[in-house]
Amino acid sequence: MAHDAQQLEPAVRVRGLVRRFGDRVVLDGLDLDIARGEFVALLGKSGSGKTTLLRTLAELDHDVEGDGEFVTPERLSVVFQDSRLLPWRRIVDNVLLGATGREAPARGRNALAEVGLAGRERAWPSELSGGEAQRAALARSLVWEPELLLADEPFGALDALTRTRMHALLRELCERHHPAVLLVTHDVDEAVVLADRVLVLADGRIRVDLHIDIRHPRSYRDSRLGEYREQLLNALGVFEDLQTASA
Amino acid sequence: MTDTIAPPSPAITAGELFPKRRKRRRLGPGKRIPYGTFIGPAVVLAIWALASWLGALNWRTLPAPWTVVTTGIHLWHTGTLKPDILVSLRRAALGFAAGASGGIILALLSGLSRVGEALIDSTVQVKRAIPSLGLIPLFILWMGIGEGFKVAIIAIGVFIPIYINTFAALIGIDTRYVELAEVVQLSRWQFIKEVVIPGALPGLFIGLRLGVVGSWLSLVVLEQINATSGLGYMMYQATNYGQTNVICVGLVIYGIFGFASDRLVRITERKVLSWRTTLSN
Repeated sequence: MAHDAQQLEPAVRVRGLVRRFGDRVVLDGLDLDIARGEFVALLGKSGSGKTTLLRTLAELDHDVEGDGEFVTPERLSVVFQDSRLLPWRRIVDNVLLGATGREAPARGRNALAEVGLAGRERAWPSELSGGEAQRAALARSLVWEPELLLADEPFGALDALTRTRMHALLRELCERHHPAVLLVTHDVDEAVVLADRVLVLADGRIRVDLHIDIRHPRSYRDSRLGEYREQLLNALGVFEDLQTASA
Repeated sequence: MTDTIAPPSPAITAGELFPKRRKRRRLGPGKRIPYGTFIGPAVVLAIWALASWLGALNWRTLPAPWTVVTTGIHLWHTGTLKPDILVSLRRAALGFAAGASGGIILALLSGLSRVGEALIDSTVQVKRAIPSLGLIPLFILWMGIGEGFKVAIIAIGVFIPIYINTFAALIGIDTRYVELAEVVQLSRWQFIKEVVIPGALPGLFIGLRLGVVGSWLSLVVLEQINATSGLGYMMYQATNYGQTNVICVGLVIYGIFGFASDRLVRITERKVLSWRTTLSN
């Protein structure tokens, strides 16, 4: 399925992105393509520039240079690590932030129902658990029917059980709405279970580009995932680090 | 599901299992006491009444509470207490309204635009260093000693805390929310309406509470130096005749109004900021 999607025009196509923070070059001529409807996970050590890349694609970072090619879709949503709900708006009003039109309230209710928060429309953000808040954040991004969903470690602050449930929910939503997804994560397991393609960002560029040809839904215990996991951990330098530590 | 697990014996509680374990210390202030706001003033009143009743207080120094009440009733029916109260209330209300609107408008102008900030903020900070009451001589020369002058001085005193707190709240908006607003493509006006202003409301209310009490403070001073009516004038006159009871009537009324106006702002605050769960509720 992922291969079919690549035949179409891409959702993301960027070339030669450069971003410096002082003397440090975080993105160093980075190229990236994401096909329509493709689910891509982005791995990298902390400080490797994962978030910088995501912010660049979301056009939240205004100091990035490039080779001129910068294609991202019109409808684009971002899910942050924190739910970022405005505490003074009820949940449904948070989901509809910036949405206009007469059918907006219905869209908000539908989006909340899709993430399993039907009936909580009138709750305040402070009344939600961490997982519920993150679901509401997902609903807020869905309202825009995004062609590209950018997610910056959206499950990083959740407990393991909630995270597993959120993985299933995210996959389900993607099957239904078919956005292209760029999921920034530091969790190799999360990446191999969810994504069609896993990228590793290191020294300012995409160093590993791995297609995972296993049908969804995948089990965390699927033995075929082990091989991919190994490769990715290698690419992330985890084993080298362990060796130097024990030496 | 729990069939295979033996239920714990209900007779044993955690306290018995760990008898030496201390109870967890509560660090929040705990539940609200009903009508708690009135307890403090009531205690002060009780001590005052008791001291008067026991004869520990000389009536020339401080008359008994009931003397103050009867004097108040007497002044209401025979004297000028009613018009004096109305005059004072009017001054405080006008001054507060003018100062609050000015403070909010200027805070919005300087909090939402860099040009506004450059023009307004440091100017206000300089003004802040000059005590409002220090402006009285200048304002008398400019405006005479009429009502306009009094309202103006009160307004300036109210303006400062409202401006300072609202401005601080406006520029303190979390950048994460700014990012969110950019992502969902809010217009500048929507951003101000949906994010900035609601986020700054807690700061505004702190300013309003300081301002409302400040308006009474300025009023007391103003009415005692250049007035021919109002509560302060009544008290000033009473000084000349050694009428401590009349002075106390004025003080009590000032106190009641100050307290009541603060309560009013607080009640409004709790209504408007009902989304907050803080230590206060």
